[in-house]
This record gives sequence, structure tokens and C-alpha cells, in this order.
Amino acid sequence: MAVIAARGLTYTYPGREEPSLRNVSITVDKGEFVLLTGPSGCGKTTLCRCLNGLIPHFYGGRLEGDLAVAGLEVAEHPTSGLARHVGLVFQNPENQLFALSVEKDVAFGLENLGTPRERIRERVDWALKMAGIEDLRERAPHELSGGQQQRVAIASVLAMGPEVVVLDEPTSFLDPLGAQTIFEVIGGLNERLGVTVVLVEHRLDLASRYADRVIVMDGGTVVMEGDPRQVLASERARLVGVGVPKAVRLCRFLKERGVSLGGVPVTSAEASKLLEEALVTDRC
Amino acid sequence: MEALRGVSLTVRGGEFVAVMGQNGAGKTTLVKLFNGLLKPTRGSVLVDGVDTREVSVARLSRRVGFVFQNPDHQLFCETVEEEVAFALRNFGLDQEAVRERVEWALSLLDLTRYREASPFMLSGGERKRVALASVLAWDPEVVILDEPTIGQDYGQKEKLRRFIRQIGAQGKTVIIVTHDIEFVADCAPRVVLMAEGRIVGDGGAREVLTDRALVERASLVLPQVTQIFLGLRDLGLPGDVINLRDAERAVLGLLGVGS
Repeated sequence: MAVIAARGLTYTYPGREEPSLRNVSITVDKGEFVLLTGPSGCGKTTLCRCLNGLIPHFYGGRLEGDLAVAGLEVAEHPTSGLARHVGLVFQNPENQLFALSVEKDVAFGLENLGTPRERIRERVDWALKMAGIEDLRERAPHELSGGQQQRVAIASVLAMGPEVVVLDEPTSFLDPLGAQTIFEVIGGLNERLGVTVVLVEHRLDLASRYADRVIVMDGGTVVMEGDPRQVLASERARLVGVGVPKAVRLCRFLKERGVSLGGVPVTSAEASKLLEEALVTDRC
Repeated sequence: MEALRGVSLTVRGGEFVAVMGQNGAGKTTLVKLFNGLLKPTRGSVLVDGVDTREVSVARLSRRVGFVFQNPDHQLFCETVEEEVAFALRNFGLDQEAVRERVEWALSLLDLTRYREASPFMLSGGERKRVALASVLAWDPEVVILDEPTIGQDYGQKEKLRRFIRQIGAQGKTVIIVTHDIEFVADCAPRVVLMAEGRIVGDGGAREVLTDRALVERASLVLPQVTQIFLGLRDLGLPGDVINLRDAERAVLGLLGVGS
């Protein structure tokens, strides 16, 4: 069942001449974990903004084609209506948190939807738990580390109970350990709760192990999609300028020199194993 | 609460240093002391032998350029061109010199086509380049980049790496504050590791980034290639491999093939 269905989606920002999205057609099924990547300016963020209706309702501009999220036509539903179904987490925690306490920040969306108090309390408790930040409930968001702040942003989106969570480079400002934690949280949400995830990322070395599918964009259009290992190992991905993880590049290097490998690694451990098998065999 | 506790560090002209550590370790605080944005509570900071407490930030800025982590904290002009020209005009350069330096900086950072654009209409990565261009325009001897790789894609980071090498070859001292291990591993500079306001490691990238205990202390992770090679120790592969070039060479060595 498709929870995101885009067909021929084309979009031009107001005042611009060239479209930022050209004829994008993708479907994302319920429960999928999709990794969206591509060089700077390829349209990833623009596509994210379409998913919860910021485009066209907030940004204006010209949107053509069809886009339905959780069965709702995006062009026909205001962002407030879509917010129950799609949550969006942005790059910079500074731009997303504003309340005096974590609890208040997480509750905000639900308060705006007129949710009864008791229900808000339940949802906030649950969201804090899912994001692993129950101990931060009373803290002021601006005093937290970047990684903690991003988990608050994720919790505040989760509290609304969306079917889809879209994250646009959520670990940009985080250190490697912070980034790993975020990916673990997101992976957990997908695996245990069945939340559909669309993750925009450059850090493929850390994120690809969680993905069911990788979509590569370039110049406003989808140029490739498929199984993470296949996409990462492809010549196309390399040419487009995707940040192919070094583990994969090392394996390609060996392959080009006639050393065949048993697969494509998405973790360092897998790479070690594949390399060991290949190098030991080769020396015998 | 002390952000820095008894830090002693010497950076020589022309060095390339990466200051790394967890967010909150004191990295940005440290480098803000280098151009006088912050003054030490105890101890001193000397830039070219001059105590930073005795000169204005404006004067220090001519020699030490600082590019903020969040470009929006230093961009404010109507167009990219004006942004890049701003400091040059303030330093009193004549119109022709300003024009020349602006052209050079715009071209270097691939921003010429955006010259008339408002910086705020550009993407995050592009705004970072505008901030960098505006600082490089006046040709400071020391360039400090605070988290220059955030929001940059692979291609842009490669450009940045080559660019740093280029200005390094021109004799500039480059200091980057970053937690981007893979980028630092690719550049292989001197690495200063910080944790809780102290320097916990200082040495060549291959020495520091492969020291697991040190890396963990600074709340970082080992470079991916280093992790892979840790699992291959039994094959007799070297332990100081941090980037693809090192790895390829090591593996070729093992296969008994010339590179």
C-alpha cells in the first residue's frame, strides 16, 4: 500500500525560471525506510517540503503533477491537516525548538490540533519514550546538545502520530556519535513501530544499513533507485556524485583489479569480512 | 563554568590543523580566542607575537579570518557581491582593488553566477561558500573554518579539501574545527583532539585517528577505513590506515602488486 505516491511532480519556486523538481514519480510503501540522496541542489529538500504541503501552501510557486500522502492530495489539503500524517524534521535544531521545556515543545503540535489534555499527556509520554529522552522532559531545549535537540524535534513530530516521518539531513549539525544515535532511533521507529521513513542524508556510511531502498536525485529528477547495496555499488551513483561510503569504494577498487568479492558492504564489519574472504582466497 | 581548562597550543605558520572533539568540548571557544572574538580569563593568546588582549578584533581580523559555523551569523548584505566586498571596503581598499578581489573570491568559490542574488535565497551550502568568499577576499594569513563541511555534499567537500590544500600551498595557516572524521582522514592534517575543555591528543592524523582510546575519549568514531582494517589485523595489514588512498596502497601491497 503506497503511503506516498508522486506522479509527474514538477515544481518551480516563485520568482525562479527553472523548476527545482522535474517530473518526479515515486511511490513509498507503508513501513518502508527510504534513503533519499543526491548532490547539493538536486531537489531533495524541495521534495521533502512537498510531502507535508509546505509546497505549495507556504512556499507558493507552481506545482504540477500529483502527490498524495496517506491518501490525501497534498495540493488540496492544508499543512495543518497533513501534519497529523506526515512529520518533518529539519537540519538545524535551532530552527525547530522554541518552548521553555522539552515537554511543552513536544506537546505544542497536539495543543494546536485541539487534542484533549489527557490524550496530549499520553502522547507526549509515549513520544519522549520512543525518542529516548524521558529524562529531558523538564529541560530547556536551548540548553541541550545538538543530538538531544534533534531527538526532541523527532519526539515532537512523533507525538502527532504520523504514518510518515520525513527527516531532512537531521544529523548535519551532530557529531558522529550523535548522528549514530539518531539513526538508531529512526531505525527503531521504522522497525518496531512500522513508521514509514523518508531520510535525506549525505552520511551514507552510517545511514544505508537501515534503508530498504535508496533513491538518488540529481538536477531535480530521480536518476536511480533500488536496493541500497546495488545503488551504492553502481557506476551511476559515483558519476552523480553521491557520497559513496569508503567501504564500498574499497571493494570496487579490488574488483577492478580482479579480486572478486562476495557482496557489497553497508557496514565496516561486513567490509572486513568480505575483504578477508577475498584477500585470503586470493593469496592461496 | 570553564569552557577551556589550561590549554597550551602552538600553531606554526603554514600548518594545517584540525581541532576535533565532541560538540561542547571547547573547540569553537578555542578558535574564537585566535582572532580576539574571545579573550582569555587566564593565560594569553599570541598571534604573530601580539597579545590578543592588546589589539582590537578589527585589527586581528586582517590577519586571522574566521568563518562561522552558521553562515547566517555573518551574512547581512543585499547581494552576494556586496557581502564579499564589505570587509574590503571597510579595510579601505580602493574601488579597483575591491572589484579585483571580489572577482577572485567569487570565482574561487564558484559563486560568480550568484553575484546579484540575495544570500538568503541561496541554499545552506551555498551560503557557507559566500561566508568563506567574504573572508578570503581580504587574503588573511590565517584562515579559521568552524565546521566547514556541514551541509556540504561529497563533491563540495572534495572541492573544499583541494581548496584548503591550495591555500596551504600559498603559505596560509589553516585551522578547521570539525567533527567530520572522514573529511579529516582524507586531508590528513595535524589533529588536536579535545574533550571537556582540555586537549587530550595532538599529533599527525594517522597517529591520532587510529588511537581508539583517544578517539573514544574525544567522543568521536574511528574513520571507516580504520574500522575495516581493525578487523583485518590478522592479515598483517598496517594499523595506521585512515583513508582510501592508504587502504588501496596497503591492499595492493598485500596482493603483491605494484601501485
